[in-house]
Amino acid sequence: MTPMLDMTKTDLRSVNTTLQAAARRQANEAYEILNPRGAHALACGLDGPLSVTIKGSTGYYCAGMNKDATVTVEGSAGPGVAENMMSGMVTIEGDASQYAGATGHGGLLNIKGNASSRCGISMKGIDIVVHGNIGHMSAFMAQKGNLVVLGDAGEALGDSLYEARLFVRGSVKSLGADCTEKEMRPEHLEILAKLLEQAGADAKPEEFKRYGSARKLYNFNIDHASEY
Amino acid sequence: MCGIVGLFLKRDDLHPQLGAMLTDMLITMTDRGPDSAGIAIYGPATAGMVKITVQSADPAKDFSNLEAELGAALGIAVVAKVVDTHAVLVVPETAKSAAITWLEDAGLWIMASGASMEIYKEVGLPEDVAARFELRQMGGSHGIGHTRMATESAVTTMGAHPFSTADDQCLVHNGSLSNHNQMRRKLARKGVFTRSENDTEVGAAYISSRIAEGATLNEALEGTIKDLDGFFTFVTGTQNGFGVVRDPIACKPAVMAETDDYVAFASEYRAFADLPGIDAARIWEPEPATVYFWER
Repeated sequence: MTPMLDMTKTDLRSVNTTLQAAARRQANEAYEILNPRGAHALACGLDGPLSVTIKGSTGYYCAGMNKDATVTVEGSAGPGVAENMMSGMVTIEGDASQYAGATGHGGLLNIKGNASSRCGISMKGIDIVVHGNIGHMSAFMAQKGNLVVLGDAGEALGDSLYEARLFVRGSVKSLGADCTEKEMRPEHLEILAKLLEQAGADAKPEEFKRYGSARKLYNFNIDHASEY
Repeated sequence: MCGIVGLFLKRDDLHPQLGAMLTDMLITMTDRGPDSAGIAIYGPATAGMVKITVQSADPAKDFSNLEAELGAALGIAVVAKVVDTHAVLVVPETAKSAAITWLEDAGLWIMASGASMEIYKEVGLPEDVAARFELRQMGGSHGIGHTRMATESAVTTMGAHPFSTADDQCLVHNGSLSNHNQMRRKLARKGVFTRSENDTEVGAAYISSRIAEGATLNEALEGTIKDLDGFFTFVTGTQNGFGVVRDPIACKPAVMAETDDYVAFASEYRAFADLPGIDAARIWEPEPATVYFWER
């Protein structure tokens, strides 16, 4: 039977210590967390293969810095979920609050509901699939990785974008500075198909548009000096 | 930081539990705002009567004979309910302005007035403030609470939230306004004066002055997006319900929960954890620069 940690009986620090020790054992164990009650920094810093299912909603910074572990939140997640994730998979069954997956280096963040503002801000290699909509300033200064949105994107998508790829199926309220729509080439359809399959998303790659950097902000341009 | 909670009950039979539900939510938000705490609570109105909530630094002295003294000055019978440093006086609407003048002259702070609204706020941990005012025992149709981590003005009773600048209207705020001094001067030129150095009081005065000029509450809240600069998640209370608005950047958190029985607002989901039926509630984040309102 899956070991269960009930947060009405076990405090946050003990829960995280138990999970981190289990991850270090590299034994592919599974844990269930009961009554998270919106706790902050739950299942953070997991550094090894481990499966954690959180039965309820979490607060700030759930599954931060995740490496190799699989974390599922059966509820909604507060701000900064999977921040600076390195690898593994984090799934949110409900909505995610602002800056989901911020600065993430790798792995897959799979948000079944909506994500609010600043989703994937400064992402550095993480893949993020959002089954619903995303809020404003998403993928701001995103450097690497893929952000896939099945719904709509809010204002200023991909502002000051570097080389992350953004795929949006619905409407985009506005593009941020230096973000532009780009052609969808076979290699992009292939990446998209793989991510949609991994995320269990019911969508076809052909339905998406791709956005990326126009690469005009990379270098100082003397003709634009007055605009800086 | 700062924590905000709000609860709007859809079922009359839940009204006696409002204080208990709101107090649990308020205490959960202690680590977002341990400086001071306050609550605005909306109870039943009596036709032709108005409630005036006052605060005293020396309640033993100021409140001992308040009913009789104010009654004699106004030539009417006055009923006072003393709750720690606060007292709620019920007077006929026709005697309201005379009563407020007398109370201010007696050195008392007017916290609120209105047909339904009472405001209680003090410096201290939310748990202690709630205990002093026996908030758990209070009933009502809806209420708003705030836990404060001070930024724009000193940690004083008058710097605590909610702020009320018109009958039955109040405002709580998470964030900080950067043009509050300029707006304070603009409002003063129109004859609208604030009493503290606090930024949120300016926000409250802005909203109530717009309503006094003929704007709807919706228009007044939309006006905050254009006319107030800075960070804000606002929750505003009126006699009929409450409204929510966030600035366009929306970095100050907000989460809502709705069931058949209530609409709840909080800075964080944690505040909802004890609400009945929360597992089946619809939970969502209010969008930036969008006005939401729930009324009965």
